[in-house]
Parts: sequence; structure tokens; C-alpha cells
Amino acid sequence: MAAAMITVAETPLVRYALARADDALILGHRLSEWCGHAPMMEEDMALANIGLDLIGQARALYGYAAEVEAAGNDEDRYAYLRDVRQYRNLLLVEQPNGDFARTILRQFFYSAFADPYWRAMMGSTDPSLAAIAAKSEKESAYHLRHSAEWVIRLGDGTDESHARAQAAVEELWPYTGEAFLPDEAERGLIAEGVVIDPESLRDIWSTTVAAVLAEATLATPPTGWSQRGGRDGRHSEHLGHLLSELQVLQRSYPGAKW
Amino acid sequence: MTTQNFPLWEVFIRSRNGLAHKHVGSLHAADPTMALQAARDLYTRRGEGLSIWVVPSNAIIASDPADKGMMFEPAASKIYRHPTFYDVPDEIGHM
Repeated sequence: MAAAMITVAETPLVRYALARADDALILGHRLSEWCGHAPMMEEDMALANIGLDLIGQARALYGYAAEVEAAGNDEDRYAYLRDVRQYRNLLLVEQPNGDFARTILRQFFYSAFADPYWRAMMGSTDPSLAAIAAKSEKESAYHLRHSAEWVIRLGDGTDESHARAQAAVEELWPYTGEAFLPDEAERGLIAEGVVIDPESLRDIWSTTVAAVLAEATLATPPTGWSQRGGRDGRHSEHLGHLLSELQVLQRSYPGAKW
Repeated sequence: MTTQNFPLWEVFIRSRNGLAHKHVGSLHAADPTMALQAARDLYTRRGEGLSIWVVPSNAIIASDPADKGMMFEPAASKIYRHPTFYDVPDEIGHM
């Protein structure tokens, strides 16, 4: 007996909170896949810590979405009982871990956006979102620092680490632009001051990324066409596989607790 | 990647203002910056710290366990160095 997917009454605010929660949950889940497999014990712990921070952010945002939706859904139902097309995360965060360089570059590209994003969101007119932003900003600041230090060491390390880091930059680059594109539902919230316009962070992101890649002796690809669709539920093939692992228990044994 | 070539670092955490940094363990890291971050991730997960020191393990000069007798036994017979050796007259009260 499999659990059926839920329906969500997506007002713009619910949709927004779910999208941000999905970013955090999916990236946190990806990092959890490293647990026990990282190149060194110290980094195993570091990646798990970052993953736990992100899952904590996801829980706060899902909780807020549930409160606003007020339709009997909760964080577990959002996480375990929505299908791929109902997930609204950025394509960047669902990309597979690949090698360590790919995981670090993915984290760096995301954190270089999330850190200034949450800092700006502390000024939201919505007190719940402002409080979530204040907690998330401190965590994201560390994620950015940690991933940037690794980018520099991988890029400016051995020939092999440099080649792997450069390959990761190029593979992930087309997925970095989506974060700055607000969807239609978000525009109304931006006008009301509930959320900030992500487009306004593009320059900060580009400056951070260019500086770190330069120090890492890595080439910054030119800004060009970017992949998009995650916010609308159009995902790469990787998300379905990720969700099948994340959701299998609740799908097979609905309501199971431990 | 291997940690074989990564130097070992000793980690000291100060848990509260006014207390001393206390040795909590060691870790492998490539350089001081990464050692500090790894110390944060390994040893302050449960809110243990306000301040972290990392020190290259090879910077620590340690006493030789074989010198234990020479180094430490002479102190064992000098019980008069402990304040409890002395009787405090009742009239003094609490010191």
C-alpha cells in the first residue's frame, strides 16, 4: 500500500516558502549522501554539519508554509509525499555529488547566493521569514567560507585537483543563473517587501565567485544561457532518483514512526 | 585524497569566558585555516566553545614517559607543599 501524493494549495507565499525549503532539503540530502564516504574523516563531519544546517532551514520553512497554507499539511508531508513535479528547488542543488570537487563547487555556488540572500531577507516585512533568515544567514556564512577555502585549495592544488575543480565549474555553470530569476508568484511578494528580488544579488554573487575562482587559479566561464525550470517543477532526471530514496519509507509504510 | 601527508594538529577549546583553553583532541588538516574549520566542525557541534586554538602537534615539546621517576617522584614525598598539611588554629576561622 503506497501513500498517495498530497495536493498543496499554493498561494504565492506558500509556494515561495516551499521553493526555499526545497532548495535546502535537496542540497542537505545530497550532502548526507557523503556520510561515511568523504575523502577524510574531518570533511565527512564538515559536510554532514552543513547538511544538518540545511535540513534545519528546510524544516523551519516547511513549518512556515504549513502554517500559512493551514490545510493539514506539515513538514513531513511536504517532504515525503510530494512528487517530482511539485518540488520547486533550483536545478543546481539536485545535481549529483560527482567527485569531491563537484560537491564543493556546487556548495560554493549555492552558498555564495544563499549567504547574501538570507542577509537581505532579514529585512523582510514578514517577521517569520525575517527570523528564519537571521538563523540561516549565520549558517550560510560558514558554508560559504568553508566551501570557498576548499575551492581555493582544490583549484590551486595539484594538477589533478585543478583539472577536477575546473571541470566541476564548467559542468555546474549553466545551473548557477536560475537563482536570480524570480518566478511570477514571487514578483507580487517582492513588490510588497515580503521577499527580496534575487536579481539584485547577481553582482554580489559574481564578485564573490570571480574573486575566489581567481585565487584558486580557475577560469570563470562567461555568463551566458542558463538552465531553468526547477521553480516550476521541471527538473533534471536526477531529482526523481533522489526522491525515491528520500521518500521510500513513508511511501511504503505511510505514517511510519521511529 | 589521503590524509597521510596532512599534518596533525592539537585542538584547544575555551568553553566560557574566564576559563582556560582545554585540550580536547587532535585532527588532520592541510594548513592552519582548514585546521581551525575542522576543529569547529569536529569539536564544537554541541555548543562547547567560544574560542578555538589549533597548534601543530609537532610544536609541542613533551616530557619523556621514561623520565617519570626523575621528573615527578621527588614531589610525591613533599606533602608539606599541600595546604592540607598544615593545621589551621580554630581561632583563624575560614581563610
